[in-house]
Amino acid sequence: MCLAIPARVTALLANDEARIEVGGVHKVISIALVDEVAVGDYLIVHVGFAIGKLDPAEAEQTLALFAQMAQLDPSNPAPYQ
Amino acid sequence: MKYIAEFRDGELARGLAKTIAATVNPAREYRLMEFCGGHTHAISRYGLQDLLPANVRLIHGPGCPVCVLPIGRIDSAIALAIQHDVILCTYADTLRVPASGGLSLLKAKAQGADIRMVYSGADALRIAQDNPSRAVVFFAIGFETTTPPTAAIILQAQRLQLANFSVLCNHVLTPAAMVHIMESQQDPAAVAIDGFVGPAHVSTVIGSGQYEGFVARYQRPVVIAGFEPLDVMQAILMLIQQINAGRTEVENEFTRAVTREGNRKAQGLCEQVFELRDTFDWRGLGEVPHSALKIRAEFAQFDAELRYQIDYLKVPDHKACACAAILRGHKRPADCKVFGTVCTPDHPLGACMVSSEGACAAHYTYGRFRV
Ligand code: SF4
Repeated sequence: MCLAIPARVTALLANDEARIEVGGVHKVISIALVDEVAVGDYLIVHVGFAIGKLDPAEAEQTLALFAQMAQLDPSNPAPYQ
Repeated sequence: MKYIAEFRDGELARGLAKTIAATVNPAREYRLMEFCGGHTHAISRYGLQDLLPANVRLIHGPGCPVCVLPIGRIDSAIALAIQHDVILCTYADTLRVPASGGLSLLKAKAQGADIRMVYSGADALRIAQDNPSRAVVFFAIGFETTTPPTAAIILQAQRLQLANFSVLCNHVLTPAAMVHIMESQQDPAAVAIDGFVGPAHVSTVIGSGQYEGFVARYQRPVVIAGFEPLDVMQAILMLIQQINAGRTEVENEFTRAVTREGNRKAQGLCEQVFELRDTFDWRGLGEVPHSALKIRAEFAQFDAELRYQIDYLKVPDHKACACAAILRGHKRPADCKVFGTVCTPDHPLGACMVSSEGACAAHYTYGRFRV
């Protein structure tokens, strides 16, 4: 029930609702719990409600961090002592 | 799919695994608890434990919403449907949780109770609007991810003046359960925990700041992680780095969706609708003070507990079921004598085998053939 994946907003509707898309599947959800949603935003959706927005700049930074961490030379690691 | 596939990259995962292997101190153990069922699921599904050095051990925590729901709460829901003849709306996950007398919501439904599976509480509201002559109850469960939606639904029911709608509120709180886990560390059966992989979406709502008091009090690092495998690997690396350096801090790996403040709007709605219960009985953890929410008196007409005068009756788990010890991190699924034999996802004996976020179900589905 906590396994939600980011969904892209494709249209804003009346009554605090929005149309979203995940992997080709479209759905109408409530955006009553988040502020300032725009078309193209990525939302975290639980049980039919968006509970948060995804920050694209932070996502890029995290991916860059993974790449950096994954390439740390294991023969020359950051010492644990 | 954007923001999903790139966080599941196998090559990066192996790179992170190498870095973790190079970072661990071989002279010590690292026992890390992932609180969330979502992380338990990701760890089992992607075989993350197998990518880690032998001295890094992941311990499953109690953050599976279905698993921590005690039998007595399901009994109450079944009683509403059978004795009070309401339309009981529930999330699919709770349908097969074993209740008293060999029942479950699914079996009660097969016996004629009007129990309907909904994807969202908003659907329950619609069912109430469509059936004005019937009483409709929404069986609300879950942590801080499902609580704001329930708050929004109750507020909407008030706006619509829906007289035939109420909510059986069983929402529970993550930080209180983490405190309980640390308080039970004195238990001789307890496995010492060196750090926590903090919840993903729960933290989106409550904010990373909510763990600062916990970290200061118990001196254990918490690293909030997203639900994708690379998120979990990176969070494990960050925990190991903190432990090696003797630091205990709240760190946030899931910055793309978690801020220090969390979702203020959602918090505000919850504050408006709910208040703390003095105590709540959790499956596995027992009574945990200030760990759950009830509906405020202003919304009493939407509170099924008051409306139908439901008294909670504590019911012991099945004798053979080790869920209680597993939810505390004291045992692993394979330690249970009936795991995979008498108890399977098709015939669950305990709640941990029901939800895909449950430790037993995750281990049965993805991990049981590993050595
Ligand atoms: S295998 Fe089944 S009976 Fe055993 S602890 Fe898990 S859920 Fe309970």
